[in-house]
Amino acid sequence: MSDIPSDLKYVASHEWIRDEGDGVVTIGITDHAQDLLGDVVFVELPDVGSEFTTGDDLGVVESVKAASDVYAPLSGEVIAINEELEDAPELVNSDPYGDGWFVQIRLSDTSEVDDLLDADGYAELCEAES
Amino acid sequence: MGQKTALYEKHLQMNAKLVDFGGWDMPINYGSQVEEHHKVRNDAGMFDVSHMTVVDVTGADAKEYLRYLLANDVIRLQEQGKALYSGMLNETGGVVDDLIVYLMTDPDVTGEWFRVVVNCGTREKDLRWMADHTARFDNVALTERPELSMVAIQGPNAIAKVLSVVSESRVKLIETLKVFQGLESEGWFFARTGYTGEDGLEVMVPEEYVADFWQALADAGVAPCGLGARDTLRLEAGMNLYGSDMDEKVSPLSANMGWTVAWEPAEREFVGRKALETQRSAGVKQKLVGLVLESRGVLRSHQKVMINGEEAGEITSGSFSPTLGCSIAMARVSAEIADTCHVDMRGKLVEVKVVKPSFVRNGEKVFS
Repeated sequence: MSDIPSDLKYVASHEWIRDEGDGVVTIGITDHAQDLLGDVVFVELPDVGSEFTTGDDLGVVESVKAASDVYAPLSGEVIAINEELEDAPELVNSDPYGDGWFVQIRLSDTSEVDDLLDADGYAELCEAES
Repeated sequence: MGQKTALYEKHLQMNAKLVDFGGWDMPINYGSQVEEHHKVRNDAGMFDVSHMTVVDVTGADAKEYLRYLLANDVIRLQEQGKALYSGMLNETGGVVDDLIVYLMTDPDVTGEWFRVVVNCGTREKDLRWMADHTARFDNVALTERPELSMVAIQGPNAIAKVLSVVSESRVKLIETLKVFQGLESEGWFFARTGYTGEDGLEVMVPEEYVADFWQALADAGVAPCGLGARDTLRLEAGMNLYGSDMDEKVSPLSANMGWTVAWEPAEREFVGRKALETQRSAGVKQKLVGLVLESRGVLRSHQKVMINGEEAGEITSGSFSPTLGCSIAMARVSAEIADTCHVDMRGKLVEVKVVKPSFVRNGEKVFS
């Protein structure tokens, strides 16, 4: 069973969202997603300052097995990216909710947060997919 | 649920992630495919390859039968245990399967016999094909050996670690093995062959002993490795995968298998010979090459290869090379390809280097 921390929010495309306060969130991909992908070898992230609408392509994760798009789970502006992933993409596998984070976004519409799944909702979804 | 090898319980104990492979439940990895890959390049890893099909070919006509069945010529096997890699072709020169054949007896002994190892995904087709082609010979028997499990132990320290877990008489036998040679020992079979580009052994073991053998190897520090690492290792070594890099519609001449076709003696008739001769005299239009992507990204099978904006072939196997830290691929392309070309990667044209389809041998990069 994969790890689904209860203090995070989720979307069906397997990204997690942590509320950092002040309309800022941190985004990554879930333990379930990294497990499906296998060893991650490259992560392509957007530039700081770029803007996204919910559902846009935010980046790409390449594993030994497949390339997978990462979608923006919320709308906003990228204010930080995890530069560590350039040299150490395996952090996505070893610590998906910690050092393997992808980007921080300043939300343009904080009400979108209400549409996200909680841990139970996401767990059910993973269960249904397997 | 698929078929299970005699090592199934061991795989579960060692936290394997299992996938369906040709109807078998096989380990894809035991945690990290990349770590397993490095373990083989730098130390020693082991693979359960019991799903592969072993067929013994016996009878007075065994040699003449194989000389007819295979594009390579078993007459080249001039020493007991020597192995030969060959394609088994159809009449149009396509590859029915690729296989390894061992001469099991002394070459001058009467009643010499052979052991053939074919792929698991093609088992039924191969067995039918092999049986059908016995018709023109009076005395050939094919015996499948499903009771033999098979473990491949590969890497610079692989043989030393095997030596530490077998009996003294087997140590002596293994120490005599030349590269590409295999010998029997009381129902076991030790062959210095593999599919990784490293030194090592492939060991056939009666299935009742294989779990203990596997555990002893693990205790000696041999890392269990899954099919994921096996694929990146064989790709780095430039070894073909049947069904990806060639199949029944592909000639060995377009699959970097020209070296496995024994044209001489010219009077030897073998299945597919006429078709290959026609192709050779017409000129072979496509060849299998290696591609190296020095920038970021991963080449994947079926991506299109472009030369001067025109489609000129496609990738047959592509992945990330853990040893080189970049992506590599094999591609079947127009024979006129130059030193570089482009690949259509998810809608973007990316420049790649064209090399011979061999990337890593004995831990070292082999192309420049």
